[in-house]
Amino acid sequence: MVTGHGAGAEVVISVRNLCNRFGGHAVHEGLDLDVYRGEILGVVGGSGTGKSVLLRSIVGLRRPSGGEIRVFGEERGVFPPQGGSQLERRCGVLFQNGALFSSLTVIENIALPLIEHTGLPRPEAEHLAGLKLALAGLPKKAGSLYPAELSGGMVKRAALARALALDPDILFLDEPTAGLDPIGAAAFDQLLVTLRNALGLTVFMVTHDLDTLYAACDRVAVLSRKKVLVADRLEVVAATDDPWVREYFHGPRGRAALQDAGS
Amino acid sequence: MAAHRAEAAAPIDFSELGALDTAGAALLIRLIGVERLRELPPSAPGLTVERRALLLAVGEAMAAPEAPAAPAPHRLADVLAAVGALLTETWSNLLLLLNFMGLALATLFTVLPRPKRWRLTSLVTHIHQTGLDAVPIVSLLTFLVGAVVAFLGATVLAQFGATIYTVDLVAYSFLREFGVLLTAILLAGRTASAFTAQIGSMKVNEELDALRAQGLDPMEMLVLPRMLGLLITLPLLTFLAMLSGLVGGAVVSVVSLDISLLRFIDIAREIPLRHFLVGLSKAPFFAFLIALIGCLEGFKVEGSARSVGAHTTSSVVQSIFVVILLDAVAALFFMEVGW
Repeated sequence: MVTGHGAGAEVVISVRNLCNRFGGHAVHEGLDLDVYRGEILGVVGGSGTGKSVLLRSIVGLRRPSGGEIRVFGEERGVFPPQGGSQLERRCGVLFQNGALFSSLTVIENIALPLIEHTGLPRPEAEHLAGLKLALAGLPKKAGSLYPAELSGGMVKRAALARALALDPDILFLDEPTAGLDPIGAAAFDQLLVTLRNALGLTVFMVTHDLDTLYAACDRVAVLSRKKVLVADRLEVVAATDDPWVREYFHGPRGRAALQDAGS
Repeated sequence: MAAHRAEAAAPIDFSELGALDTAGAALLIRLIGVERLRELPPSAPGLTVERRALLLAVGEAMAAPEAPAAPAPHRLADVLAAVGALLTETWSNLLLLLNFMGLALATLFTVLPRPKRWRLTSLVTHIHQTGLDAVPIVSLLTFLVGAVVAFLGATVLAQFGATIYTVDLVAYSFLREFGVLLTAILLAGRTASAFTAQIGSMKVNEELDALRAQGLDPMEMLVLPRMLGLLITLPLLTFLAMLSGLVGGAVVSVVSLDISLLRFIDIAREIPLRHFLVGLSKAPFFAFLIALIGCLEGFKVEGSARSVGAHTTSSVVQSIFVVILLDAVAALFFMEVGW
């Protein structure tokens, strides 16, 4: 595991003073967060603390009410990209429910960004897509199925394959293991670490899954009270003196996950 | 207060309690009060540990603070507020539609000079779905309406001994108005709703976000092929509708009005071409509006399947309204111009 980022580690995502408001209700107020190159960052927080909103702001799907977001030092604009920004090509996103295009087969789903962004001819793009599919741990025959014909776990894997299609530098995952059985979730964690080590990915992962935090994440950021309460290695975060953090990491589930990770 | 205390002191005997579910627990707690429940000793007669836990859990749920009561309705002010809200909403919807039209045209003009970005597969699919698949229903309906108009004309005109003018009635009405209007209304019901449902369910499923996150423009990928598809199919279907309406009128004329087919065709051929052009010229405008209203309503969907349904209804209502309104304005315009 890569741990402890000194001053030398390169910051790939930098969020400063982020504010997000829905009507009169503020979700983020002066939120700061740094994500370093090559790490897997787990973002946790209670329901409604704006984890997904944070992810959507960084990905560019939501215009923040205030503050600044830089990805690779480039100011994050909101879609559509102005002036030929290539940020979308360098970011892969896995949405909570997969968000596969329901009118396309799995292979076509994965090939779409390849065809659109690189101008590869269709057969080659589909060949590459088949490779990504295998990499994400899906059998070849799943490629010709439509998303509606897949099981929940297969949808997640197919969506991961699509997120990886363009070999992004940063991977955004929104609750990737939610709804997976424990075996599938553990395999997913393993896959994530393998990919990160092999491809040098930076991973920004919103999760509720304590096992994933222990098994895969280098650092954990806790969202609470409209800010990032703490963002550090798991041991440091778990030792933070905050009622929610204590409840989260030292509740019955937290202890069980810790024991699993330790054994 | 003192009475309450004294009551609280009296022990409660649960031994006669046969069965207990959450509804029963709620009734019981309403009877004895949450305060007293909390003071219930674990040793209360007849109360098992499980039941006590259930009672306490239900009691906690009941003790949760009530949501603040909705303010008392004020009839007149509420009606006024609703009217105002409706007006501002209609106005902002109109602005949104105009914005959307501008965006669609801007996207069209950026894509047009770049053949690499033309989405022919998607375009052909939409031409198939909105055009070819609609041929049977459009031709059948316009045939029937053509026949009805002919009957109507025959009934009224026979009184003046001018039955032969039935041919003109059918031909003029279908070339100028009914051909394009019926087609547009049918497609507003059939295609606008389909566009809204397709794009709306994509939105619910976060597919639109996935497109944007991949740096792909939903306007270019989803709206343009639908809009261009309908721009191609609606005029073609209009032509078909005109023919089909004329055939309907011809069948009635031949069968029940003793006008021979040749005579029918002779009279129809004398009608100036401009009436056909007047009718056909409206088709692209209708197509543009129907497609964009359908797509825009799809983009407006938020969150749930219920919203997809609501916006589908709204897109059909709006597009039929706009089509008829525009047709009425066009009729006035063409009459004033003398075409």
